[in-house]
Amino acid sequence: MKTPEVLANRPPDVKEVHIIWMTSGLSCDGDTISTTGASLPSIEDVVMGNIPGLPKVHLHNPVLAYEVGDDFMKYWHMAAEGRLDPFVLVLEGSVPNENIKSEGYWAAMGTDPHTGQPITTNEWIDRLAPKALAIVCAGTCATYGGIHAMEGNPTGAMGLADYLGWEWRSKAGLPIVNVPGCPVQPDNMMETLLYLLYQVAGLAPMIPLDEQLRPTWLFGKTVHEGCDRGSYYEQADFAHEYGSPKCLVKIGCWGPVVNCNVTKRGWMDGIGGCPNVGGICIGCTMPGFPDKFMPFMDAPPGAALSTAIVGIWGGAVRKLRAITNRTVNKEPKWHHRGTHLTTGYQPKYYGNGNGRG
Amino acid sequence: MAEAIATKPRQTTPGKSGQIVEMSWDPITRIVGSLGIFTKIDFENKKVVECHATSSIFRGYSIFMQNKDPRDTHFITSRICGICGDNHATCSVYAQNMAYGIKPPPLAEWIVNLGEAAEYMFDHCIYQDNLVGVDFCEMMVRETNPGVWEKAKVTPAPHAKDHGYRTIGEIMTALNPFEGEFYRKTLQMSRVTREMFCLMEGRHVHPSTLYPGGVGTVPSIQVFTDYLTRLMNYIEFMKAVVPLHDDLFDFFYEALPGYEQVGQRRILLGCWGSFQDPDVCDYNYRTMDEWGRAMFVTPGIIVDGELVTTNLIDINLGIRILLGSAYYEDWQDSGKTFVKHDPLGNPVDKRHPWNQTTTPKPQKRDFDGNYSWVMSPRWFDKRTGDHLALDTGGGPIARLWTTALAKLVDIGYVQATGHSVKIRLPKTSLKPEVELEWKIPKWSNAIERDRARSYFQAYAAGVALYCVEQAMKEVLAGRTQTFTPFKVPEEAISCGFHEAVRGVLSHHMVIKNRKVANYHPYPPTPWNASPRDSYGTPGPYEDAVQNTPLFEENGPDKFKGIDIMRTVRSFDPCLPCGVHMYLGNGKLLKQLHNPTAFAPLAKK
Ligand code: SF4
Ligand code: SF4
Repeated sequence: MKTPEVLANRPPDVKEVHIIWMTSGLSCDGDTISTTGASLPSIEDVVMGNIPGLPKVHLHNPVLAYEVGDDFMKYWHMAAEGRLDPFVLVLEGSVPNENIKSEGYWAAMGTDPHTGQPITTNEWIDRLAPKALAIVCAGTCATYGGIHAMEGNPTGAMGLADYLGWEWRSKAGLPIVNVPGCPVQPDNMMETLLYLLYQVAGLAPMIPLDEQLRPTWLFGKTVHEGCDRGSYYEQADFAHEYGSPKCLVKIGCWGPVVNCNVTKRGWMDGIGGCPNVGGICIGCTMPGFPDKFMPFMDAPPGAALSTAIVGIWGGAVRKLRAITNRTVNKEPKWHHRGTHLTTGYQPKYYGNGNGRG
Repeated sequence: MAEAIATKPRQTTPGKSGQIVEMSWDPITRIVGSLGIFTKIDFENKKVVECHATSSIFRGYSIFMQNKDPRDTHFITSRICGICGDNHATCSVYAQNMAYGIKPPPLAEWIVNLGEAAEYMFDHCIYQDNLVGVDFCEMMVRETNPGVWEKAKVTPAPHAKDHGYRTIGEIMTALNPFEGEFYRKTLQMSRVTREMFCLMEGRHVHPSTLYPGGVGTVPSIQVFTDYLTRLMNYIEFMKAVVPLHDDLFDFFYEALPGYEQVGQRRILLGCWGSFQDPDVCDYNYRTMDEWGRAMFVTPGIIVDGELVTTNLIDINLGIRILLGSAYYEDWQDSGKTFVKHDPLGNPVDKRHPWNQTTTPKPQKRDFDGNYSWVMSPRWFDKRTGDHLALDTGGGPIARLWTTALAKLVDIGYVQATGHSVKIRLPKTSLKPEVELEWKIPKWSNAIERDRARSYFQAYAAGVALYCVEQAMKEVLAGRTQTFTPFKVPEEAISCGFHEAVRGVLSHHMVIKNRKVANYHPYPPTPWNASPRDSYGTPGPYEDAVQNTPLFEENGPDKFKGIDIMRTVRSFDPCLPCGVHMYLGNGKLLKQLHNPTAFAPLAKK
C-alpha cells in the first residue's frame, strides 16, 4: 500500500515568512500581551516549527524581540524597501489622524536619520502596506478605532480600514483581516495567523471574512448564543445585582447583539470569559465600541422590551436584534482621515485650520 | 524658529575630555510601549554622560473621559495599559468606591486581592525571564561580554540543588529566547498565572467582572480551589526562581567589580500600597491614613534610605504634575481649579492631579525644549521644598523597601521585620517549606531592582495564599455576597491608590452633575520615564542612565549598550502609560574630542 501524503513531508509553497508586528498604533500593547497567553497554538509552537506544513516564521515584534533600536528597525526598513519578502503585517492600535494639525506627531516609531524627527506610525503604514502579503489587525483599536477613537478624542483616531479604505487589497489580493477584541482573545489571534500561514503554504483557500472583515468561523455567532446563562434568559430570570449567576441583561449585558465567541471559548484555555463568569458583555469586539455601548452598566436600550416578550415572540425579538446588531456593527461617523477633527473635541493648538491658536 | 530645533540631544553638561559619541536606541524593545533613549557616551572613560528619554505616543485619556458616566471609568482606564490594565481598573474602582461612599463586601475584596496577586505573579514572571532575562542570557552575554561568559561557564551556581542548574553558564543558556528551558517554563507559568487571574477577574488583561461596589465573579467553591491548586504549583516554582536569580545577580557583582554602579541613583522611592484589608478599609478619604497602613503592601516614600511617610493623605497632597519638556499647555494660570481643599480642609495645589487640565500642543521634537508626551510627576517634600523625582524601581524594590521599613505587615506567609521582609512558602509536592528573606539592599541600582522582582513574585504568592484562605472562610460560612449597590452622587471628589505591577498608581476623579468633570490617572511610567521638569531635574531613567559606567567589552563600532539596556529595563518600562529608546546600531553618530565644541550649539 502506498504511504499517504502527509503535511510533514510536503514542503510549503513559500518556505519562509516574516511577521512584522507594529504595536505603535494608539494602543496599550494588550494584544501582543494577550497573544503571549495563547496556547492553541502558542507563539512558540508557530515560531519553533511545532506544526507540520507551515513555512518557517520569523517574528519581529517589539515586545518580544532580542534586538534593540536600529538592529530591530532594520527589518522595518528592509520590508519597506521590498527586501523582506514575503511578510505579513500585523497592526496593533488605532491609526491617529496626523492631518488635523500642522506639526508634531501622535504616534511614531524609530527616528528618521535625515530629519532627526520620529517616523510616524502612519508613515510606516504607507510604506509597508503596499509591500505586505497580508495585513492583520489585532484588536478593536486597529480594526475599528476602539477606545482611543471614542467621542471627544483629541487625535482623530480610526481603524485601519478607515485609513486604507474598506476595499483595500494586498498585493496578493487579500482584504485586511480584522481580529477584533479589547484585547483580542489570545487563541482567536493565533488561530487567524495560523490560517493565513496555511494559506501562504498553499494548504488553505482564501480566508473567509464577513462584511466587517472578521474571520467568519470566529465571529459568526453572538455572545448570547454561546452563553451558559441562556436558560435564565429564556425563563426571564434576570440578575438585578452583580455577583448573581443569572442572566445579566438587565444590568448591562449586550450579549444578544454582539459578535464574539468568548462565551464559548473562554479566555485562557477555556477559563474565564465575560457573561458566563459574571461580567457584562460591553461589546468590546464591535465596530461601535465603545460609544454605542456606554454607559456600560445600564441595561441596553430595548432590553426591557425584548426580555418582556421572550418566549412568546421569538421572531420579533430576532428582528429587533438584527436591527441593533446592524447599528453596533457600524463605526461612529467621526472615524475618518479628513483634515478636520469631528470627534467633538475643540483643539486649541493644532494650526491647520483646526483650533484657535 | 525652525533652526532653533535640536533634533538630537545637545551637550548641556560639560564632560571630561574624551571621545563623546551620540548613541540612541529607538525603539527600546522587550518592554511594553514605545520609548526612545538618546545618550552621549564617553567611551574613553566608559561612562554615559547624558541621557534623554522620549515617548512617541499620545492618546488623550483624560480628555475623552470628560463628561462620561463615572461608572464607565474602570472599563475605559483599563485600556491605558495592555499588561497591567486590571491595575487601572482596580484603582478606578477604588476611586469610585470613595466617590460613591460604598464599601464592597469582604469576599469581593478578597477576590480583587486574588486577581491582583495573580497579575503581579504573571507580569513579573513574564517580564523577569522572557523580557529582561534576555539581557542576561547566553546569547547576549557572549555578544557583549565574552570574558564574562567564559567565567560563567566555570562558575558553580551556589543554589544548584534548588534550581537544578550546575553553573551560572547553564542558567544563562536556559534563558535564551524561545529555546532556553527556563525561558519556556516561565512563559508557560505566565499562562497558568493568567488563568488564575481569569478565575477572579474574568479576562486578562482587561477584566470583565470588576465593578464599583464589588465583583460579578460567582464565588463558587470551585473558583477558589481551581485558583489554589495552580497557586501551589507556582509556589513550588518560586522555590527555584528566587535562588536562581540570586545566583545570577550575585555573579554579576563578582564577575564585574563595580557593577553596583550600573543604573544606580539616589534612593528616592515611592510606593502607594496594595491589597486592601476588608476589616479596615472603608474607602473614606478621612480615614485613608489608617486603612492605607493596613494594606498588605505598605504605602510610603523613602528619601535617602529614610521612610518619610506611610500616610496616603500626605502622599496624596504632595503630588505635583510639572511640565518642562512635554508637549502640553501649562494650566497654572489658565486651567480651572476643581478642588481647592481636600475633604479634611487641606489646601490642594494647582499642580495636583485633581486640578490638572490637559491641553495637547503637538510640535516638533526639540531636545532643548519639549521632547516627550510624558509629563513630569514629582512629590513635593515640604520639609525641604524639593520637588522629588521619585522612582518606583519597576515596583518590587519600592514595595519591599517601604514594607520592610514600616514593619506593619504580618499575615503569616509574609512578615515585615523593620530591615527585611520574610516570605514563608509552605511545603509543596516536591519541596519542603522554605523561608525566603529579602533584605534591604545597599543600593537602588539595576541589579537590586531586578532581584527584588523575583522576591516580590514570591511575596505576591504568599499574600495570595493568605487571601485564598480568607475567601474560603467567607464562602464556607455562607457569606457569599460580592456586591454593594450604590448611587452616583451629583458631585464628588475622590482618589484611588494602588500599586500597578511596575509601581505607584493613582487615579484622581472629580464628578459634577453625575458626570466626569476631571479624571487623571498617574501610573508608574510617567514617574520613571519623565523628561526634565520645569526645574531642570531629569527623570529617573535619564538620571539612572546618566553617569552609569559601562562594562560592555565592545567599542563604539559594535556597541550594544547592554549596561544602558539593563539600567532602563530594570525599571520595567511600560510606555503605553506614559512614553520611546533608540540605539544607533553602534553607529558613530558624532565624534568630538573636545566636548566644549558643543557649547556654540547650546541653548542660550
Ligand atoms: S448574560 Fe448576556 S449573553 Fe448571557 S444570556 Fe444573559 S443577555 Fe445573553
Ligand atoms: S463577551 Fe463581550 S465584552 Fe467579552 S470579549 Fe466578547 S465582546 Fe468583549
